[in-house]
Amino acid sequence: MGKLDGKVAFITGAARGQGRSHALRLAQEGADIIAVDICAQIDTVAYPMATSEDLAQTVKEVEALDRRIVAKEADVRDYDAMKAAVDSAVAELGPIDIILANAGIAPQGAENPDEVKTFRDVVEVNLFGVWNTVQAGVPSMIAKGQGGSIVLTSSTQGLSGAGGNGSGAGDGYAASKHAVVGLMRTFTNWLAQYSIRVNTVHPTGVNTPMVVNDVMQKFLTENPDATAMLGNLLPVPMLEAIDISNAIAWLVSDDARYVTGVTLPVDAGFLAK
Amino acid sequence: MGKLEGKVAFITGAARSQGRSHAIRLAQEGADIIAVDLCGPVDTIEMYPPSTEADLAETVKQVEALDRRIVATKADVRDSAALRKAVDDGVAELGRLDIVLGNAGVFEIAPALDITDDAWQNMIDVNLTGVWNTCKVALPHLIAGGRGGSIVLTSSTAGLKGTPNTVHYTATKHGVVGIMRTLANEFGQHSIRVNTVHPTGVDTVMIQNPKTWGLFAPDDPNPSREKSAPIFQTTNTLPVPWIEAIDISNAIAFLVSDDARYITGATLPVDAGYTVK
Repeated sequence: MGKLDGKVAFITGAARGQGRSHALRLAQEGADIIAVDICAQIDTVAYPMATSEDLAQTVKEVEALDRRIVAKEADVRDYDAMKAAVDSAVAELGPIDIILANAGIAPQGAENPDEVKTFRDVVEVNLFGVWNTVQAGVPSMIAKGQGGSIVLTSSTQGLSGAGGNGSGAGDGYAASKHAVVGLMRTFTNWLAQYSIRVNTVHPTGVNTPMVVNDVMQKFLTENPDATAMLGNLLPVPMLEAIDISNAIAWLVSDDARYVTGVTLPVDAGFLAK
Repeated sequence: MGKLEGKVAFITGAARSQGRSHAIRLAQEGADIIAVDLCGPVDTIEMYPPSTEADLAETVKQVEALDRRIVATKADVRDSAALRKAVDDGVAELGRLDIVLGNAGVFEIAPALDITDDAWQNMIDVNLTGVWNTCKVALPHLIAGGRGGSIVLTSSTAGLKGTPNTVHYTATKHGVVGIMRTLANEFGQHSIRVNTVHPTGVDTVMIQNPKTWGLFAPDDPNPSREKSAPIFQTTNTLPVPWIEAIDISNAIAFLVSDDARYITGATLPVDAGYTVK
């Protein structure tokens, strides 16, 4: 008997990394999953983004837990595509109880980047993408009339500008992750009347392909100041995706039924430093 | 199999209400309990009755009914020597210490300029110095254990926002955040995590009393729980007037578990959206 039996969770960026971990963790608690991922490259992003094979692997692992999953390749920047993905998935699995706006990019460290285009791409994925996700998913949740829980994935860079270096990637990342907090707060006030809760999580560096890749590692090596983005209080260099999933599994459960409007750091003390 | 099997938790204010709820919730997850409570009145705290030795005995009974061990001591968080003896004795009997809940606190309502020197001092002594004393006597055991640990200090929505008619209470609850942040920095090297929880109104005697009801319905000569509920509800974003002690216990059960092994230095509201409004 899981804590999320009978619930449907809509998760973006679900092909790998934190998104896949969230899908598996919530499925372990009994939830069925609507998984969305772009499964394609964005040209200002130098590290390899998720693939169709990655998304297929998430499907396989959720199904191995005997839960249902509907996976769609869609770009969070495209509201119409998100809406279409949600509508067809809801037709299959039923209305949405949980939304995890997890998809995001961190293109720091590209060689000779187009700074203007990079800034725009980061903000479009990490901010517009979150708005599109919630606006596409929440009508189903409201219509069901049984409340719900939304978790937006921000970052320590959503509450701190540590390591700022004037790049389009870094500025876009910090600005978009701060902006997600604004969305969370305004959504909280809007959706409370439906008993829908909205919170953000703020991970420090997590051991996923977005952080642990050749481009980012080279960037961090060549820019020691930027490692200020990754200095924790607890003696641990990097978290695992499951640590974020465990926080989310608590936030979306009835154990947190009155937790809303909260910025929850999962950051080994980074922000308290 | 609970998430806290084999662990020992030290809880102040454990005789009733949130403290008792925490003791039971953590015991359900497998923890043994060191329970402390004043079991008596605090001068200038007059708007609700104090906890009693019978209350603490009931906590003992309920924890033992879960087949967990509990060492309960009547002690005042303002008295660091008594508190140290309570935790030392508890650790001697139960073998270790992993979790510390600085929960004991008092509440009183008064317009700022009506608060007497004694009322101010008593509030500071219990809610701020008492929390520090709790950390001070417990930390040596956590460090000596060498297994890290988790401390949760009970602040309040009044630890993050100003609230009229509670300047002494609000000052202490903000101060608790300062203790949390400093200890998170100072003891992170020992893998000791320190966080605060910030409840909105919880359905306990601390808010369910005529004086508090009256604050929410100042023109009513006979204020009541029922009549104050709609006004309480306006303080929250979610459509509830207050929350239950178990909601705070569930948040704490998460924070002290390995599910939150890298959460430290966090101020966690459990407040139905009070602070986001």
